[in-house]
Amino acid sequence: MKLAALFRTALVLLLLALVIKPTWFTWAFAPFAPDNGAVIYERASLLSLSLSHLSLVALASTAATLVAVTLAILVTRPAGSAFLPLSRTITNMGQTFPPVAVLALAVPALGFGAGPTLVALFLYGLLPIFENAITGLSTLPPATMEAARGIGLSHRQRLLRVELPLAFPVILTGIRLSVVIALGTATIGSTVAASTLGEVIIAGLLTNNTAFVLQGGLIVGLFAVLIYDALVQLEVYLSRRLGAGSSGALASKA
Amino acid sequence: MIEIDRISKLYDGAAAVDAVSMTVETATITAIVGTSGSGKTTLLRMINRLVEPSSGEVRINGESTRSVPKNTLRRRIGYAIQSHGLFPHYTVARNIGTVPTLLGWSKAAIRARVDELLELFSMEPEHFRDRYPAELSGGQQQRVGVARALASRPDLLLMDEPFGALDPIIRARAQEDLRRIQRTLGSTIMLVTHDMEEAIQLGDRVAVMDAGRLVQHGTPAEIIQRPASDFVADMVGGVERPLRLLSLFPLSELVEQGHAEGDALDADTSLRDALSNCLWTGRNAVPVVKDGVALGRVTMDAIRARAEGPR
Repeated sequence: MKLAALFRTALVLLLLALVIKPTWFTWAFAPFAPDNGAVIYERASLLSLSLSHLSLVALASTAATLVAVTLAILVTRPAGSAFLPLSRTITNMGQTFPPVAVLALAVPALGFGAGPTLVALFLYGLLPIFENAITGLSTLPPATMEAARGIGLSHRQRLLRVELPLAFPVILTGIRLSVVIALGTATIGSTVAASTLGEVIIAGLLTNNTAFVLQGGLIVGLFAVLIYDALVQLEVYLSRRLGAGSSGALASKA
Repeated sequence: MIEIDRISKLYDGAAAVDAVSMTVETATITAIVGTSGSGKTTLLRMINRLVEPSSGEVRINGESTRSVPKNTLRRRIGYAIQSHGLFPHYTVARNIGTVPTLLGWSKAAIRARVDELLELFSMEPEHFRDRYPAELSGGQQQRVGVARALASRPDLLLMDEPFGALDPIIRARAQEDLRRIQRTLGSTIMLVTHDMEEAIQLGDRVAVMDAGRLVQHGTPAEIIQRPASDFVADMVGGVERPLRLLSLFPLSELVEQGHAEGDALDADTSLRDALSNCLWTGRNAVPVVKDGVALGRVTMDAIRARAEGPR
């Protein structure tokens, strides 16, 4: 447990250093740079690229979460169950469309920049969250739901006080998958001039500069790993609080 | 007083509950007993309108259950079920305080009520208030489930197989607890069970259901001594009937003057336990005491006479 915490701290520090003080790593990337070429990407600060990359992902994932969870709530109500297949089809389409195709199609409509990237990330993020929200909301413990109805909670009170809190860990798993996919997919956004860490990678590919490719890739990878890990920790904490299964109960007794 | 007036529930034209009428007096326990599919749970769920009756009416203290909105009605009726149905993300205190919170009680009033109920169920408030259901044993979870159902001092408590998930020892204790708490609070309880033993032990009245109909409604002694049909006689359990009958009466009812050898039994001991004791110790009579004072004795002959069925 201690070792894991130590490893995590080391990764966070490495990431911060890579983003804020990239010149510290000149020695490491130099062997991969072409002769007379730049070793460290300097056309834009890596910090501002990272922040813009992360805010694109955060914005798209938040929108995807709101829409997917709302849809899932609607289709798991008795009145909305008829729309379950339709909404599945729509979100599945979001997933089967290649991100590059979405970008290409969105550019004529939205112009170059962050717009088309946001649309692609949003569409991409919908399905995992929607699927998990449906699973979470339709596999609630029947005795708890029966009791909630029997003691007089209204539909809205059942949803807000019982169903969503109980389904939240499962929904969070969907959000985690979606965020990690978005972190990777956002790099492609730089092909249509969104400012993301993809810029570094693409610049490296265009100029045959492996040092740039490695820098961009490493930073995106570290972000993905650390955010994934943080969300897993949050899920574990929440499931333990809910006492899902005996292992949770034992852990909280210890 | 709860009046159930010719209430029916039809599913696809078939009656799950068929014109059942019954009156439940305030501060009594009515045990509804039947095999699975007898309609007993449907009958119970029609009282708080978890199932809407196809026809007929239920009146609580003279007021029809149709005259109030469903959720308002349910907040006035306690509801406890077999697998307790506690909210896993709420602490014990929040679980118990759910209905008072919905009813807008003050924080202080809710807290006082929670502590009062926990103490009533022999669960130390300081120790249990802030724990989560997953940290409790099955018996404790069940008690919290019943405490939650009683929290708002409901006019009526409905219980659907409340002890079904407990092992026999915990179950016997839970039944005694319920009896004690019902007497303390003067609650009106309707309880569904498939176990005739439980119905006889707990019920002031026993209602036997078969194929959607109420086949007999009476005191436990009536049900045992004069079953209305072969079905009821079967439910009461042919060979065990005399023993079940004896379990209803305390020794104090048969005390006579005289002397008997051996250890004395308390006057509250059931005749069944006394008979068992006589057989085990090879005695023909046992001395009876109450609060340490000798009352006399009870003979095997007297117990035997009490166990005889009608001829």
